Amino acid sequence: MQKKLRVKDQLNVHGNRSTGSDFFKKKYAKLYLSDGAVFDGQVPEWQSGEYFGEVVFNTGMSGYVESLTDPSYANQILVFTYPLIGNYGVQMNDVESDKIQVSGVVVSQVALIGSHSQSQQSLLDWLKSQSIPVLLGVDTRALTKHLRSIGSITGVISEKPPVDRILPLPPKFVTVPKPITHNKRGVKRVILVDCGSKDNILQSLLALNLEVTQVPRDYDYSSDSYDGVVLSNGPGNPTDYVDTIFIAKKAVKKGKPIFGICLGTQIMALAAGADTYKLRFGHRGHNQPCMQLKTRKCYITSQNHGYAIDEKTLPKDWEVSFRNLNDQSVEGIRHKTKPFFSVQFHPEACPGPTDTQWLFKEFEALL
Amino acid sequence: MAVQGIRGAAVSKLRKVVILGSGGLRIGQAGEFDYSGSQAIKALKEEGIRTVLINPNIATVQTDSDMADAVYFQPLNVETVTKILQKEKPQAVLLSFGGQTALNLGLELHDLGVLKKLNIKVLGTSVETIKTTEDRDLFKAALDEIAVNTARSQAVNSIKEAVVAAKKIGYPIMLRAAYSLGGLGSGRVNNETELRAKAEAALYAVPQILVEEYLEGWKEIEYEVVRDIDGNTITVCNMENFDPMGVHTGESIVIAPSQTLTNEEYHRLREVAIKTINHLGIVGECNIQYALDPKTGDYRVIEVNARLSRSSALASKATGYPLAFVAAKLVLGKRLHELKNSVTGTTSAFFEPALDYVAVKMPRWDLNKLKSSDRHIGSEMKSVGEVMGLGRSFPEALQKAIRMLNIGAEGLTQHQFDIDQPLDEIKYPTDRRLFAIAEAFKQGTTVEKVHKLSKIDYWFLRHLADIVGTANDLQTKSLDTGNLLQAKQMGFSDASIALIKNVSVGSVRAKRIRFGITPFIKQIDTLAGEFDATTNYLYMTYFGSVHDVSSLGNKSVIVIGSGPYSIGSSVEFDWSAINTAMTLRSHGKKTVIVNSNPETVSTDFDRSDRLYFEELSEERVQDIADFEKTGGIVVSVGGQIANNLALPLMKAGNTVLGTSPKQIDRAEDRQKFSSMLSKLHIDQPAWIEVSNFSSAKKFAKQVGYPVLIRPSYVLSGGAMNVVSNDADLEYYLRDAARLSPDHPVVISQFILNAKELEIDGVAKDGELLIYAISEHIENAGVHSGDATVVYPAQNLYLETVRRAKNIAKDIVKNLDITGPFNVQFIAKDNELKVIECNVRASRSFPFVSKVSGHNFIEIATEAMLGLKRDTTYQTLELDHVGVKSPQFSYNRLKGADPVAGVEMASTGEVACIGDTLAEAFYNSWLATDQKISAKTLFLSIPDEQKHKFITEAADLVKKGWKIYTTAGTHQYLNEHGVTSTKLHKIQERREPSAKTVIMKQQVALVVNVPSSDKDTKDAYVIRRLAIDSHIPLLTNAETGRLLLRCLGDSNASGDEPKSWQEYVEIKQRSSK
Repeated sequence: MQKKLRVKDQLNVHGNRSTGSDFFKKKYAKLYLSDGAVFDGQVPEWQSGEYFGEVVFNTGMSGYVESLTDPSYANQILVFTYPLIGNYGVQMNDVESDKIQVSGVVVSQVALIGSHSQSQQSLLDWLKSQSIPVLLGVDTRALTKHLRSIGSITGVISEKPPVDRILPLPPKFVTVPKPITHNKRGVKRVILVDCGSKDNILQSLLALNLEVTQVPRDYDYSSDSYDGVVLSNGPGNPTDYVDTIFIAKKAVKKGKPIFGICLGTQIMALAAGADTYKLRFGHRGHNQPCMQLKTRKCYITSQNHGYAIDEKTLPKDWEVSFRNLNDQSVEGIRHKTKPFFSVQFHPEACPGPTDTQWLFKEFEALL
Repeated sequence: MAVQGIRGAAVSKLRKVVILGSGGLRIGQAGEFDYSGSQAIKALKEEGIRTVLINPNIATVQTDSDMADAVYFQPLNVETVTKILQKEKPQAVLLSFGGQTALNLGLELHDLGVLKKLNIKVLGTSVETIKTTEDRDLFKAALDEIAVNTARSQAVNSIKEAVVAAKKIGYPIMLRAAYSLGGLGSGRVNNETELRAKAEAALYAVPQILVEEYLEGWKEIEYEVVRDIDGNTITVCNMENFDPMGVHTGESIVIAPSQTLTNEEYHRLREVAIKTINHLGIVGECNIQYALDPKTGDYRVIEVNARLSRSSALASKATGYPLAFVAAKLVLGKRLHELKNSVTGTTSAFFEPALDYVAVKMPRWDLNKLKSSDRHIGSEMKSVGEVMGLGRSFPEALQKAIRMLNIGAEGLTQHQFDIDQPLDEIKYPTDRRLFAIAEAFKQGTTVEKVHKLSKIDYWFLRHLADIVGTANDLQTKSLDTGNLLQAKQMGFSDASIALIKNVSVGSVRAKRIRFGITPFIKQIDTLAGEFDATTNYLYMTYFGSVHDVSSLGNKSVIVIGSGPYSIGSSVEFDWSAINTAMTLRSHGKKTVIVNSNPETVSTDFDRSDRLYFEELSEERVQDIADFEKTGGIVVSVGGQIANNLALPLMKAGNTVLGTSPKQIDRAEDRQKFSSMLSKLHIDQPAWIEVSNFSSAKKFAKQVGYPVLIRPSYVLSGGAMNVVSNDADLEYYLRDAARLSPDHPVVISQFILNAKELEIDGVAKDGELLIYAISEHIENAGVHSGDATVVYPAQNLYLETVRRAKNIAKDIVKNLDITGPFNVQFIAKDNELKVIECNVRASRSFPFVSKVSGHNFIEIATEAMLGLKRDTTYQTLELDHVGVKSPQFSYNRLKGADPVAGVEMASTGEVACIGDTLAEAFYNSWLATDQKISAKTLFLSIPDEQKHKFITEAADLVKKGWKIYTTAGTHQYLNEHGVTSTKLHKIQERREPSAKTVIMKQQVALVVNVPSSDKDTKDAYVIRRLAIDSHIPLLTNAETGRLLLRCLGDSNASGDEPKSWQEYVEIKQRSSK
């Protein structure tokens, strides 16, 4: 019978000795999942306490800075399936929002030093500076396979077992406190409904020289003057966005172009009268294959979503525009006659492939 | 939609397709094309298309009977291939699965109008696009159209133009040859003098050279791109070179995926790749190489290879994505989304693999085996093979790869090299730069300093420093769970830990298992665990807590593969391993293949029930056997690496199938083998085992020089040498001792002017089941791997044959052989002496199997399973002849003396079948990439051999040939009435000289046979010039004479080329 290994002996950082010694001090901790499963790991010595989140995995092999700052990950503990994270350090112009959004990070090994000429700090220093918990030395493949079979569930990073049952977390929202307008001299005016928008959505719109007013998720823009609306990505269950859906319904009535991204596509669907459902373990990665049904052209897309549109409930005047080639799920919808379309993936990339960046131009052309 | 319909219909009309192979393995073009060709054939057959393969590489899997419908073991040249195309009348031809050879040949056939005349389509990427990617000016212009950056460069056709271009771009510049494989003739040029010299050399080989911007220190990145006819495009994998720009990617350590690129860099280059490939209109698979400035992020596209390449084979193995198979489907007009990911079986082939491990490729060099060859590496490819280590950290994968190389290194810190000037070898890279870095760190050099010298990214260097630091820690601390686990996670083997701690390997292993430190088995599933995959493609890691699979149990049999291709071990052992696995499978066994070489077919995961991409070390094979609880291990089909594991694996309690490892040892151990031969009254050359110089000298005096020095247990004669005097004896003894310190050095009598023959056979319980006798055309003294082999033997007395057979029977019985074996003999004056016996499949197994039509490996595998067929085999007299010729790569190895000797130097081999010996020989020689372009030749023969050439020379002169000779040969021919033109020696500095005639390519062939005792500098220069001037060279009297005879026959190649199936009645695998 094989003895159980003491996990604190596992290597969990890399590229460290060249600095003189193994200065990184760590202690034993675990990831406790609500189904009772436990995964061993270690935490840095500076870290203490219990950290809850919905545990999800991402299969991207680069782009950890972008992912960690993506507001769609709010409330979630992010597991990187790629075992070596932090290799190129942290560059502040790669961030997708003003802070790290995840509630925790689980990795196999983290680079102690970022090896890139533009790196400003190491991943660990960055996490520490924002008090983001990290669990290292985990068999992330075993954890991923577990999540794949039981679905995304709540978990806690802690040095000791949680006293109470681990319950799903209350929803968390990310949005701007009040409307902000960018590029006031832009040719057309677009409302960006911020449900936790990634910065590159804004940047992609600004690159087309549009004036963009970024508004809170519950802000009623329907009576404002605008040429088009973009519904952003964001965390959590789309049905929790009651106000946003209500306002979107009004925008639909108004008939100006609407473009939904990620959570935005689910809100569009809900506003149109369709339903959404929770995927077992979501799509999170940079290699999701999608086909545009009209052209039969295929694109590799960047995705981060746990919910999807229920095709059966889609009203007759709407159609599926993109489909996932792996599981045939709905990846985009569009109105058959009106200028409303949305995609479940991230055309703005960052992280991930840039294959579908052209969608922003398609939106611009509708304005 | 309508367009797609038409395209689909056009493809479905295809009934027959010709696939061009890549010929013999050589530097820059190795086993990866057996992989790509095999997958292409499979993909075509699945669509019901009849496949015709032209490839003289007889040891490949793609030329097996269950692959293509017709196989031509014929030269890949315009003349022969045109004849085959006329005969076969295919509708289409595939050019992109046989490396640069197939691509160049295809372009030639197109340019000559052959394809058009015969109405044959080129499938996949169009000829125009291929030309755009091959011609740098067209390429640059095409990329300029879409604002993609290429290196500033200019194509020039003369030295003068080169000088002007270099001035414009500014020194240092990069010099490259257009239309080349593996960067032939490329290099950094610092000033005009150097440029003139290098440009002259390069312009000999190719009509056009390129003067380019020098991008020293930039990161080198590659993407493998797949595109279908609708333009759906994916990048299957990206890879980052450990060695930055300046070292050819085939010479670099490469990691997949890239490690130091930010998301922005990764996807910017990916976007450029897709844009470029779409613009060029490539259909199928290709790769694109970049230089990336680590400071500014600026990039240059270096090149696009519009075909399957070494990199694509690597990417395929690194990710599990079957690139060649998918590419073949795409060139037939399928779309990516219509294909499934064959790993999951459910998800789409239109996706990009996500890895949850790293793959580290390392080149395998054999520069020490080639006399006078330069150890520096750079923009030209010199490596002969490669390995790939998989792990969940860079050190884990890297140190695996180091051991996989099988060069005697146990790891980064435990190696056998004496590196006096590590910093020098770091700055001017050699084949052992990695170890030089380790030495520098051991001596206290900083990471910063090494980075400054090498420009290797800090990320890699810090890891190397980590490994050195771990080794230091181990040295000072006693082993506990903590540091032992960390050492294993840093990739240290039990043996390297044992070396560091100065304890036995067994005690480290025992302690480790007692501590509960054992590796975990993980799957390669292309999706990082996102979807359920039933994949059987596995690797092992110490970063884990759960196995992905469960044990197969005792119905499983482990087959140990070949390891890296190197001089002495190439596709033939992959062929043997695969045929063994397939036979085991057909007898209901679960097959487990272990191999470390990404260029192989055996590492295609559909070839076995389980594939472990792992080290072929005792430790790792034992780990696998322990986990699988396997029923047996086959060590006799993977070549010498596998064979060497026989005894240790048996001693550790494993069941080794076939001949008992104790008996294998009796054949391997010279002392034991010799006393067995004596007991059986079998003659052998006199030999002695020595531990000091004086006894060696005494022996040499006794038997007379020359004598042969060789360490035992070494394949391909590493450090073997023939010496003619005491001084050389002393010099080489030192060399031989270093290579194999655990095994003593053997000196034996070297018999001149003798014939060499071989028996390949299979036995069961000491009884001979099948055998094949072949003979060498060269006299004894040429390594059997470099010899031209004829099967069935054409010039042996029946008595010799009978005696050889009886000797083999005696040996087989005495060693109680079950499975494959090979015995080598020399015959002189009616005496037959045994040189050696290998109790394993030999290099010539596929050759004799395919020429005879009996699969020796299948018979051997069945014997190992205790099965014997109730048949006898006719293998002595056939209606046809097979000739196997060595493929050399001397043009890649600057300075190496291109003479075949006791040290094996060939990198591959080819074989052709003919109705006569001459036909088979001539085609076989042509198939080693040779061509006679005019009726002129240069002849220089030592006195004792001159008489052999008179008849042939006279005949050639009569038929209008012009013969140039050196003084001695000239005089001799003159005396015998043969006219020739005398050339002056090089040092005479008078014209016409041998040097000028060769350099100006005024001869189409050079025959320069070195004298056995006094080879001159002049002769070396002539040989080297011939190679560097791309003139065919022969250095052996027997093959030289035979070739001259063929040249006198205008129909030497034979009439209509015949396929293998027309020559040989091939038996299909017996049972299912």
